Amino acid sequence: MRCGDFKTSYSADMTIFESNSARVMLGLFLCLLFSLPLYTPGYLLDIVNRIGIAVIGAIGLNILTGFTGQISLGNAAFMAIGAFSSGYFGTKFGMPFYLCIPLAGLTTAFFGMFVGIPSLRIKGLYLAMATLAAHFIVEFLIVKWESVTGGVAGLSIPAPKLGSFAFDTDVRLFFLIFVITVMAVLFAKNLFRTKVGKAFVAIRDQAISAEVMGVNILKYKLLSFGISSFYVGVAGALMAYQAKIISPETFPVTVAIDYLGMIIIGGLGSILGSIYGAVFITLLPELLRLSTSALAGSFPLLVAKLAAMKELIFGLIVVIFILFEPAGMASRWHSIKSYWKLYPFSH
Amino acid sequence: MDITFLLQLIINGLVVGSIYALVATGFVIIYKASSALNLAQGEFLMVGAYICLNLLSKYNLPFWQAILITFAFSAILGILIERLILRPLIGSHLISVIMVTLGLSSILKALVQLAYGTDTIPFPEVFPSAPVQIGPIPVSQGYLYAIGCVTILVTVLTMFFKYSKTGVAMRATASSQQVALTMGISVKKMFAISWAISAIVSAVGGILLGTIRGGIDMSLSFMGLKVLPVVILGGLDSILGAIVGGVIIGVLENLSGGYVDPLVGGGAKEVAPYIALILILMFKPYGLFGKKKIERV
Repeated sequence: MRCGDFKTSYSADMTIFESNSARVMLGLFLCLLFSLPLYTPGYLLDIVNRIGIAVIGAIGLNILTGFTGQISLGNAAFMAIGAFSSGYFGTKFGMPFYLCIPLAGLTTAFFGMFVGIPSLRIKGLYLAMATLAAHFIVEFLIVKWESVTGGVAGLSIPAPKLGSFAFDTDVRLFFLIFVITVMAVLFAKNLFRTKVGKAFVAIRDQAISAEVMGVNILKYKLLSFGISSFYVGVAGALMAYQAKIISPETFPVTVAIDYLGMIIIGGLGSILGSIYGAVFITLLPELLRLSTSALAGSFPLLVAKLAAMKELIFGLIVVIFILFEPAGMASRWHSIKSYWKLYPFSH
Repeated sequence: MDITFLLQLIINGLVVGSIYALVATGFVIIYKASSALNLAQGEFLMVGAYICLNLLSKYNLPFWQAILITFAFSAILGILIERLILRPLIGSHLISVIMVTLGLSSILKALVQLAYGTDTIPFPEVFPSAPVQIGPIPVSQGYLYAIGCVTILVTVLTMFFKYSKTGVAMRATASSQQVALTMGISVKKMFAISWAISAIVSAVGGILLGTIRGGIDMSLSFMGLKVLPVVILGGLDSILGAIVGGVIIGVLENLSGGYVDPLVGGGAKEVAPYIALILILMFKPYGLFGKKKIERV
């Protein structure tokens, strides 16, 4: 019976799959995931798609905030930049989606690095405020720059097309979104096995030591902003395809708070945690809606209060997680797993 | 240029700015005492305004009684939040504190929305609103009362910090927690008091805003984000800075609303403080009166 951590080499510590059964489990999970459209009705699939997009966005934010320790409140603005640039390239130049999405990611990455430049001088809460200010400035620009963004009316996004095949239904979009999501998870998981990812973590843990060890802080901070914003931009572009119409109101500052909530609840500095958090926060309003519509007969007032209820429960969960499980769901999952692994001899 | 228009804008700016200054003072008091960034400051303001409104219009209490009960309620709210939520987080990572106050702001906003709905509720007239003539321009009396209240409150706070035993103990805590502890000051108690004072000061801001605008709604909570440029401009740990910064940002906002908005078609008033925030962070990151911490990594 395994009763501890018996890793003897660096590569054993870095490995993604600890055993072959983990590989098999992941394979089974992927099979299950990609067969979802077979037995999921349209409305639920729409939620699943939103979860996929949220996973990409949450991983992006976690790379910056959880792994590199740079707090960003500008996530919604980055997402908006991704969505509008993808929409612009698609509608004005007629580019296909497989160019639009990476270009949207690159545009956002460029912008993110621009916002990240002051991060060398300012840090912590000052950076949080700077990114918040960036959010409002971007929102203002999106409203004003009508020739590109369509202003207050927004842009309507045509369905992505591959040849004559259009991703115009939830099922088709599901495959587009989840192929990208799986790629995003894989890249992020591997990023933190490389020099770059370790530099990020070193900057988060102790910036001065990292600098002494030869990590070029500015370079890696900017890189972190770049990679993170690329993810968020891609998520924004996918969101545009899914929502079909985007306007400045699609990306309020509460979206940024929701994403921060995802990575806090899921687990800062954990890829798995970002996924848990994204699933949880995306499902929360849907579960609430389901439960209130079930109770609507006896409590008709509940439906009107749905938005407030969602906000209340979101706030409560965030506060409870920070107070009682600051490492998030990922760590809770880990401790449950190891408890049962050692059961009944936990000591 | 129309000089009356300019003066009108500046006076509006002074009034709004003085309320910014109040809320920013509340923000700075908490930050100074416990280095916690309270992003739920706007919600304190909103809760205070709603409680006072409720007491005034539902229970028909006289104004001074309503104010006293609101103060007591705000103080208890502040102490409870400090005791239950912020104290366990002492020494934890910054993002936990930021996120916990964001969560708190969600909770308070949701509770107010559940209790009062999202519609604008008219605020009873506390001050006479008939305008008085100052030089060439008419100024609402409510504005003058508001500025007066803020001045009195700030003076009281200054006296409190300068002369009262508790105030001195709070300043000691802000300058060095360890030394304060060895002098027999209960640092935890000081944290709790700072949250209580901050909540009360914000509630005053909320009530004043309610009387000036004539009605309150959920948008009051947005004040908490508006106040960030103010505290950055003034310096995060300076009460004087919060006051000066509040007035400057208030005037700046109204001037850009008056002169830039017609050029770009609206929106400049809202975004100007944030542009100022970025510029300040670039050129003077510790603000006008903030303590400089030199750290180059």
